Amino acid sequence: MAMIAVWLKVEEERVVQALQEASEKLDGIEGEVTLDLSSVRRIDPSAVRAMAEFAGMAEDKSVKVVLRGVNVDVYKVLKLVKLASRFSFVS
Amino acid sequence: MVTRDVMQQRVQIPLSAESLTEERTAYLERLVRQARTAAAVFTQFTQEDVDRLVKPMVLAGLDQAQHLARLAVEETKLGVMEDKVIKNMVATEFAYNYIKDKRTVGIIREFPERNLVEMAEPIGVIFSITPITNPTSTVLFKCIMAIKTRNAVIFSPHPNAWRCCSEAVKIMYETALKHGAPEGVFACLESHTLQDNAYLMHHKDVGLIDATGGPGAVKAAYSSGKPALGVGPGNTPVYLERTADLNTAVTDIILSKTFDNGTICASEQTAVIDDEIYDLVLKKFAALGAHICNEKEVKLLARTVIDPETGFMQAAAVGQKAIDIARLAGLSVNPGTKLLIAPIQGVGREHPLSVEKLFPVLSVYRAKSVDEALKVCVDVNHAGGLGHTAVIFSRNDDVIRQFGELMNAGRILVNSPGSVGAVGGVYNDLPPTFSFGCGTGGGNSTTDNVNIYHYLNIKRVARRTQAHMWFRVPNQIYFNMNAVANVHQFASRSTIIVTNPSLEQFGHVDLVRRYIPEGTHVHVSVIPDAEPEVKVVMQGVEALNFYKADQIIALGGGSVIDAAKIMKLKYESPEADLEELAAPFLDLRKRVIEYPTEKINRVRLIAISTTSGTGSEVTPFAVLTDKERARKVTLADYSLTPDVAIVDPQFVMSMPKGLTADTGVDCLTHALEAAVSSYASAYTDCNAMQAIRMAFKYLPIAYQHPRDEEARCMMHNAACIAAMAFSNASVGVNHALAHAFGARFGVAHGRANALMLPHVIAYNASVPTKFLPSPYQKGYVAHKKYATIADLLGLGGHTIDEKVKNLVAATEQLLDQLGFPRSIADLGISKEEFERAMPDLTKLAFDDPSWRSNPRMPLISELAELFWKAYQGRGLGNMADAVRQQTA
Ligand SMILES: NC(=O)c1ccc[n+]([C@@H]2O[C@H](COP(=O)([O-])OP(=O)(O)OC[C@H]3O[C@@H](n4cnc5c(N)ncnc54)[C@H](O)[C@@H]3O)[C@@H](O)[C@H]2O)c1
Ligand SMILES: [Fe+2]
Repeated sequence: MAMIAVWLKVEEERVVQALQEASEKLDGIEGEVTLDLSSVRRIDPSAVRAMAEFAGMAEDKSVKVVLRGVNVDVYKVLKLVKLASRFSFVS
Repeated sequence: MVTRDVMQQRVQIPLSAESLTEERTAYLERLVRQARTAAAVFTQFTQEDVDRLVKPMVLAGLDQAQHLARLAVEETKLGVMEDKVIKNMVATEFAYNYIKDKRTVGIIREFPERNLVEMAEPIGVIFSITPITNPTSTVLFKCIMAIKTRNAVIFSPHPNAWRCCSEAVKIMYETALKHGAPEGVFACLESHTLQDNAYLMHHKDVGLIDATGGPGAVKAAYSSGKPALGVGPGNTPVYLERTADLNTAVTDIILSKTFDNGTICASEQTAVIDDEIYDLVLKKFAALGAHICNEKEVKLLARTVIDPETGFMQAAAVGQKAIDIARLAGLSVNPGTKLLIAPIQGVGREHPLSVEKLFPVLSVYRAKSVDEALKVCVDVNHAGGLGHTAVIFSRNDDVIRQFGELMNAGRILVNSPGSVGAVGGVYNDLPPTFSFGCGTGGGNSTTDNVNIYHYLNIKRVARRTQAHMWFRVPNQIYFNMNAVANVHQFASRSTIIVTNPSLEQFGHVDLVRRYIPEGTHVHVSVIPDAEPEVKVVMQGVEALNFYKADQIIALGGGSVIDAAKIMKLKYESPEADLEELAAPFLDLRKRVIEYPTEKINRVRLIAISTTSGTGSEVTPFAVLTDKERARKVTLADYSLTPDVAIVDPQFVMSMPKGLTADTGVDCLTHALEAAVSSYASAYTDCNAMQAIRMAFKYLPIAYQHPRDEEARCMMHNAACIAAMAFSNASVGVNHALAHAFGARFGVAHGRANALMLPHVIAYNASVPTKFLPSPYQKGYVAHKKYATIADLLGLGGHTIDEKVKNLVAATEQLLDQLGFPRSIADLGISKEEFERAMPDLTKLAFDDPSWRSNPRMPLISELAELFWKAYQGRGLGNMADAVRQQTA
């Protein structure tokens, strides 16, 4: 089976929307999805919720979620809400 | 702020939450998850972000102060609306004043002189229980503190104050949210049960329980196994001492005790009044609207407001007005009565009104003396008020101090009202709070006024500090041929020359006398040709006293000079306890014992060395032999350093070959050990390296040609220069081994050093099994230092390995030239005997302070290995193993 990997750029103001859009594409993805968070300086509670949901959906569909360019402050938030272990990180 | 629980149900918070329904659990889980997310998101906020949130919250609280006060009084049916407004304003405005300029994000405090920085880490989710007595003010205060510290809070208000509290939470939350706080940062339990509380107290994502409530809630908080800020009940004594300003005292107590109808737990409960002012004080109370109860009224009152079974106050009385309480008790009082005053004769169960009463009833006690007054205050403090608050009105500083010492109270307030005083920021500089820590006396974790710093994990970033270093040597060192002539410049009335018999015979004493200024009374004190003993030292001290000496000239080797150092110490400070001064220490600057600074005599010590080895003329050490216990003790302190050192080679020309070799190798060992010591510095290195060069070059010549003036002179200077190095960098494991071995087998110090030296160089040059903590050095450098020495000596070699090997070989060669035995076995000590001695040897060596600055921390097994290497003897073959391990 061919691997269909997707790469998505997420802007700070649209984290929730971007994740929603990404989750719509999950069906067509096999293997992994990379979300580029390098322009996200901070996340808010709705972004945290959206990420948790996205992680859940991706897990259901056996899609690996790779987060790219996550800054260390955001990384700490993900760690504190116990979400970090559900993603892979690349710089 | 705590009531002795008004609501009985709060007293027993169950530890288990098993009976919760699934639905309820899901609800609580949702609350925690939201709070956890908010707290996590909050960590991204800067100080500026946080401060932008705090101000509008404070303004909103001020704006709604009256609204919330009204709600509180309506719902709880206790307290005074107007006072509750003030409380809400204090909780916001005063708190703001205290916190507004304080840093709570990132670096919060810096201590540059200590290289310490404090940084803030939020707690995360706080579970907060709030009381019925100060419901909205406590909520406002905690919300402001939580935002300032980037924490999320789940509130569990007292069930009978739930509506007003949830309104306060709502006002704070909406304002915070509007200004950018993370969603979910505050939540208030919608109706709750004790099971809810138990569930949240045990929740893994709750970081801290902040329980301001009855003892039950506080106890449950502490029993949860979570970090908790539980604050306990009080029973505030107030002492009116005879020097008090009575008008202030009476007004303050009425103000405090009637404030919000006495619901602040720091308010005064029993006034202890000095006999001579008692009547006047009561008169003043009465004049300002207090009703003084007679004996019968006191009984009626006690029966009404105190539960006869528990001995605690009745919930129904809490926060009620004085006239209402009077009516309940069946007392007839004037309509304007503010306060009921109940004279009591003691403290305890037989005196029911001596306990905490969170309503306007004050007990008073007439004390016959200060002593009695203080004792009654102690009794009140111990009758349920430990750790909380105590108040004194007095102008007598001694009594105030004594009161402060006697009271176990987090807040001891002087000449100010208890309740409003304890809240802080109004009458004093205490941090404003609505949670009074009561310390261990009250079963709490703090005695503080709980504030922002209790809502933070304070992290300390400790930078490595630059260790203080020093280089201390005598002020005056005269050296080279005829340096002794300098003795002439030191005026003295009475001089004692301390020396050995052999040195006197050599004519050395006469040589020195020639330069002592005329008119000086000179006495020669000849001590035995042996290492100094206490007995000998004390005889010398007697002579110093007898001749009222103002100068000692120590003429001899290390033994004589050391004896003179201790004579000086005991002559100047007869109380000095030599045994104690020889106590072990790890770091000279931190050691426990202190050398005496008080001196009854002053004497100058001039040290003229007659051997070229110990360098005792410039060192702060003195070695004493304790014959009875077959051991040597080393005294070390810069106060032992001689005032003047004279290094004149004409005194060493007479040294026999053996002594030249022994002392010369001691000098070389000092320099080699100081060079690699963990205390070494650039200041000691230059001395150590120079001494090593001089010893390698001139020691063989001085040994072969004892009359060679240049060689003698160079070796004599080398010994002194090496001593300057080790006086400040100390020695190492070679000396520890030599001391142990020398003492056990009666082998001279230099000779013992020689037997160990090559093995120790190889040992120190190889990677340590254990590193010794040493703030003085940045890393393990001994092998490189040895390589540098090899280079200085021109020994060749390309790698560090080779250079170290060459240094070991050159040292062995030098020892051979000096005719030293090659092994301990060569001394005629049998293997069996040595084996038997090994446990003692290793123990002694390990106890020896010399190795504390060694670059490798020796293990006992390594000490044994070194002893065995020395037993088998030197020769490159033996060294190969050790050198092979050496670092590249
Ligand atoms: N205070 C320190 O810093 C320090 C350092 C190392 C050793 N020590 C101590 O010093 C003592 C050893 O001192 P030392 O090695 O100078 O020996 P020493 O003073 O014990 O003298 C050894 C012997 O040599 C004789 N002697 C001294 N000078 C002579 C000379 N010029 N000509 C002929 N004979 C002479 C002495 O009379 C004595 O009999 C030991 O007690 C040792 O523990 C002290
Ligand atoms: Fe020595």
